Amino acid sequence: MDEQKQLDAFQKRIDNGETIEPKDRMPDRYRKQLIRMMSQHAHSEIVGMLPEGNWIQRAPSLKRKKVLLAKVQDEAGHGLYIYSAVETLGVTRREVVEDYMYGNAKYSSIFNYPTLTYADICVIGWLVDGAAIVNQTMLARSSYGPYARSMVRICKEESFHKKQGYEMLAKMASGTPEQKKMAQDAVNRWWWPTLMMFGPPDDQSPNSQELIRWGVKSKTNDELRQSFVDMTVMEAKAIGIEIPDPDLKYNHETGHWDFGEVPWDEFWEVIKGNGPMNRERIRARRKAYEEGAWVREAASEYARKKRLEEEKAS
Amino acid sequence: MTENGSKIKKNEWPLWEVFYQPKDGKPFEHAGSVHAPDAEMALQNARDTYARRNEGINIWVVPADKIVASTPEDRGPFFDPANDKIYRHPQFYSVPRASKKRK
Repeated sequence: MDEQKQLDAFQKRIDNGETIEPKDRMPDRYRKQLIRMMSQHAHSEIVGMLPEGNWIQRAPSLKRKKVLLAKVQDEAGHGLYIYSAVETLGVTRREVVEDYMYGNAKYSSIFNYPTLTYADICVIGWLVDGAAIVNQTMLARSSYGPYARSMVRICKEESFHKKQGYEMLAKMASGTPEQKKMAQDAVNRWWWPTLMMFGPPDDQSPNSQELIRWGVKSKTNDELRQSFVDMTVMEAKAIGIEIPDPDLKYNHETGHWDFGEVPWDEFWEVIKGNGPMNRERIRARRKAYEEGAWVREAASEYARKKRLEEEKAS
Repeated sequence: MTENGSKIKKNEWPLWEVFYQPKDGKPFEHAGSVHAPDAEMALQNARDTYARRNEGINIWVVPADKIVASTPEDRGPFFDPANDKIYRHPQFYSVPRASKKRK
């Protein structure tokens, strides 16, 4: 079969709503795009543990500490589900992991912002995990089977993440004036970076159309961003939190909330590596990876010796 | 890869496929995979990764390279013989109407 025919046959499977499985014939470009997108997603889960992990030892109560520990452990799990799915595309875990620690692979720009107070932990749960739910609910219907299945797993756990954050923020927002101020301040800092999580505007998103044509995504960045805003406005109102956007206004014609211009210059700077925490995040990941190397080696060696002993005994 | 990356030379832990039984009496399902140096740690990693909320009551881990699978190219011919054996289905047979009566 020539290349065009193969592409057409593949597109036909996608258009029929079929699921693509690891050993199926797929265009090189589809494989490459998936590896890029999925590994970026997995790295985000792992790097995302750092801003929250920052507060585990300083959680305000034992209850909140247990909740945060469980949430951060889930994030590690999410990273592993997706890495496991990426590996079905013929790359090794090591390759993809080292590609963001030492190479050019990216992770979500949101994790390059610092967590300054405990209110940030509340807001990450509410906004950042809320945004992740919007994105991942779509990806759970993705054309690539292993990716879609990992998203189904993740979505089940993500609602706990969002709810614990929203509950905490509601409590803080109804507390003392200082607590209220702290809650509002965290929302002010995280609002715009959260909207950036959906990626650049549609006319500047080079990959979107292709990913949609191949059924990896089913909505554009701007569509996802809009549904997140629509969902979040009333949640903010309900707990007396203000969204820091003077242009936010309900549009009776479209039935959506219009919102102001996202500060895209900041987004591109953070992507380029100049966000407040980019260097710190990579430093922390490399440190963990390199200082853990001897543990991985020791475990391998232990397993090798045990295997040898078993062989001798038999 | 940069100089830093190549410092870590050792090979990756082998890959294990993970299957779990969601409930008593249910068949095992594929969950995903984990890396682990040996079977014991593969089981523990599988538990921590895929069963943090009682998703399973039993787990199997299988070295990924020990799994033999059919290929997508086989899909047609490999499963084809099933189609011309309609006598394997109960719809193939007719029975007297009277036998279906309860009383």
